[in-house]
Amino acid sequence: MSIDLSQFIPSFLEESFEGLELMESSLLNLEQGDDEAINSIFRAAHSIKGGAGTFGFNDVTVFTHLVETLLDEMRDGRRSIEQNDVEILLGSVDCMRLLIEAIRDETDCDTTKIEENTKLLEKTLAIEESSAKTEGDSNAETSSSEPNQGISVWQIDFVPEHHLVQTGNDPLLIFSALAELGEIIVVAKTKELPLLNDIDPEELYLSWHITLTTESTEADIKEVFEWVEDECLLTITQEKAIIDTPQDDVTQQDEASTSNTTIPEQQDLAKSEIKSAKATDTTQSSDKAVQKPKAETVGSIRVGVDKVDSLINLVGELVITQSMLSELGTDFDISKIERLTSGLDQLLQNTKELQESVMRIRMLPISFAFNRFPRLVHDLSKKTGKDIELILKGEQTELDKTVMEQIGDPLVHLVRNAVDHGIETSEVRIANGKPAKGTITLDAYHQGGNIVIEINDDGGGINRQAVLNKAIEKGIVEAGTSLTDNQVFDLLFEPGFSTAIEVSDISGRGVGMDVVKRNIQSLGGRIQVQSEEGKGSTFKVNLPLTLAILDGQLVRVGTETYIIPLITIVESLQTQTELINRVSGDMVLYRLREDNVPVLPIYKLFNISADSEDVEHALLVVVEADGQKVGLMVDDLLAQQQVVIKSLADNYQQVEGISGATILGDGSVAMILDIPGIITAALKMAQQTHTTRNHQQAVGVIA
Amino acid sequence: MEQEREYLTFILNGEEFGVDILCVQELRVWSSVTELPNKPNYIKGVINLRGVIIPIIDLRLRFGQTPLEYNEQTVVIILRNQDKKRPMVVGIIVDAVSEVYKLDHKAIRKPPEFGNSIESCFLEGLASIEEKLIILLDSNSLLNHDELYTVNKESVMAND
Repeated sequence: MSIDLSQFIPSFLEESFEGLELMESSLLNLEQGDDEAINSIFRAAHSIKGGAGTFGFNDVTVFTHLVETLLDEMRDGRRSIEQNDVEILLGSVDCMRLLIEAIRDETDCDTTKIEENTKLLEKTLAIEESSAKTEGDSNAETSSSEPNQGISVWQIDFVPEHHLVQTGNDPLLIFSALAELGEIIVVAKTKELPLLNDIDPEELYLSWHITLTTESTEADIKEVFEWVEDECLLTITQEKAIIDTPQDDVTQQDEASTSNTTIPEQQDLAKSEIKSAKATDTTQSSDKAVQKPKAETVGSIRVGVDKVDSLINLVGELVITQSMLSELGTDFDISKIERLTSGLDQLLQNTKELQESVMRIRMLPISFAFNRFPRLVHDLSKKTGKDIELILKGEQTELDKTVMEQIGDPLVHLVRNAVDHGIETSEVRIANGKPAKGTITLDAYHQGGNIVIEINDDGGGINRQAVLNKAIEKGIVEAGTSLTDNQVFDLLFEPGFSTAIEVSDISGRGVGMDVVKRNIQSLGGRIQVQSEEGKGSTFKVNLPLTLAILDGQLVRVGTETYIIPLITIVESLQTQTELINRVSGDMVLYRLREDNVPVLPIYKLFNISADSEDVEHALLVVVEADGQKVGLMVDDLLAQQQVVIKSLADNYQQVEGISGATILGDGSVAMILDIPGIITAALKMAQQTHTTRNHQQAVGVIA
Repeated sequence: MEQEREYLTFILNGEEFGVDILCVQELRVWSSVTELPNKPNYIKGVINLRGVIIPIIDLRLRFGQTPLEYNEQTVVIILRNQDKKRPMVVGIIVDAVSEVYKLDHKAIRKPPEFGNSIESCFLEGLASIEEKLIILLDSNSLLNHDELYTVNKESVMAND
């Protein structure tokens, strides 16, 4: 029987990455003195080693074995957990990740880093071992992990529980596995065998005494019994070592006797460990339902059974409604109209629920994006020498998978900034009367169909004047202009803008914030900054929950229907004549409280005909993007509804001013307006007319 | 080597054109379209074809000829390319659909220089059947974003 193992490699990789993530986060917890963590780290490393062994990834097996040995010593309490070791282990996790990524990409990985780490690990282990030796050989436990050189005779008593065969284990297989280790003599004991009448053919009444002559160690023998450990009474004793020196013989027998007595205890331990492993497994599967795939792998989603069940239920209801409606349709007359409308209502309800459930499948808790931050902050605070605590909140807030994948990098950037620019050094903090330890908080929550992610630090805040000075220096703002706080903070997102006095390798080159903003905008989100000097800053990222569906306001211009994303709409109003200002020719400004909002008639933008081309008494939908408001002139406001976004570029090409299309209830196609695109285009147009008009109107074509 | 291929022919401004039938997804009658803003004149708009949004192109306008009025008789040929990686579906408006012919590879002759009414990249060859001359269109370039949506300057001039 041969199984093609390669088909399981993707799941091995996925599980390994999950394990590495777990190891990393547990290692970070370890610092804060969590004892349970070391066990989970060990288990994760062990499964990676096991998996790698199965598939023959020797590099991983060998390296992980070293890590495991170190972890094992920590677990047994033979080694105290020191900061230095944790750092080495964290580095080792990185190496394991490199190795496994190399397997995934089928490339060779950079071996120098791994060799370096291997040396470090070996050195740490060697220190431990030599110190153990100087302590004296009375501690014989270490010898169990060392390979046993001589041939020795082992006496094994194997008393299985009666139901052993029902668990799918076959003693014969165990014996043949033992026979591979060396020469065996098996004696079956039949004293428990009942009378023929009383025999249950599915039960096992025999027990065995095995004499094994082998070079293998006790651990090797135990491994053979690994699967039946819980279902039997197993005693393994070493009779004598044939070639060993007499002195060693004593220790071996010492050890043998100790192991003899400790076996039941160890079994209990093993049992409880398995239980706890199971418990953590289940929590993990609900917490981390899906492994975030890398961009180049085919994305897969692991979906909780509850979500699938609810889908099946909903489909069931939908089928019922459908059959009800079709039955109604076979002989319909006007008297049944009431049943029809109620049936249609039900259909609407079902569809909506189904849609929500399907969307929920794509939703992942944001902890996937947050996971990497403890490590990041840990490393960065090491590097910068700042003492920083990271608080994660709202990790269970769910977010669309695509959005999640794309928000990771911008968030990393913001957190880096918070560490590097936000939090001050301990001395400065104490001098300013703040606790020496800085705090960075990552918070995620839902707010009206959007997800909000807040990155908050209690650092020095943004120096408003420094930002303004820099902007004036760079020529972005003219000297003497007065700006609101928001406008000043928005300058941070200008390309090439950095107020950092020194450029560090973490941040400060002024590349990035504009990219952060662009990334967030491409996801249909926006970013706001709040900051108080001396108290800290908050970056607030607002994102749509999903990219596939959009809340839209349907508007009509002439015969065409357009959709304006609801998130961009500030308000809709009827124009009043006295508030209309005509500036330089075509451009019309509308006075909206303190703002002057340029009016963009959609018919003009898209070269179509409209009912009314008169700005007076027109309907204006005020939309905002990039902090710039414009009023879109439309003929009519229609319904608000959720629309499914379809791409135009699939069969045609991207159209300026249009972000996509959707299909309306009547089957017709409607265009979704690309508000930021329209505003930028309008600004460009305005600037062109502005310059051609010889600067007649100095300022304020676009207020 | 495939020797024989089938072509669907259609009438456009009195001439008979043929396209590889494997690229023809279906035939539809003209239905109203949703207009696209600031589009070239030959793009009439987009329609919803079972959940897929596809552009509709007036082939007369694309080839720089005067268009006809659209009515219930107007035929739209939905073309789909064979490229699995980048599928592309478009609808072309023609005057009428004519026949399906089986043509031998050898029966197709190279196209002569056509002036500027049809960009030569769309032409695959010429075939004569029963005294008729059929102009075969190259479905690969017809179903290519770059070529279909980039109009040769000369034919735009002809339009204007």
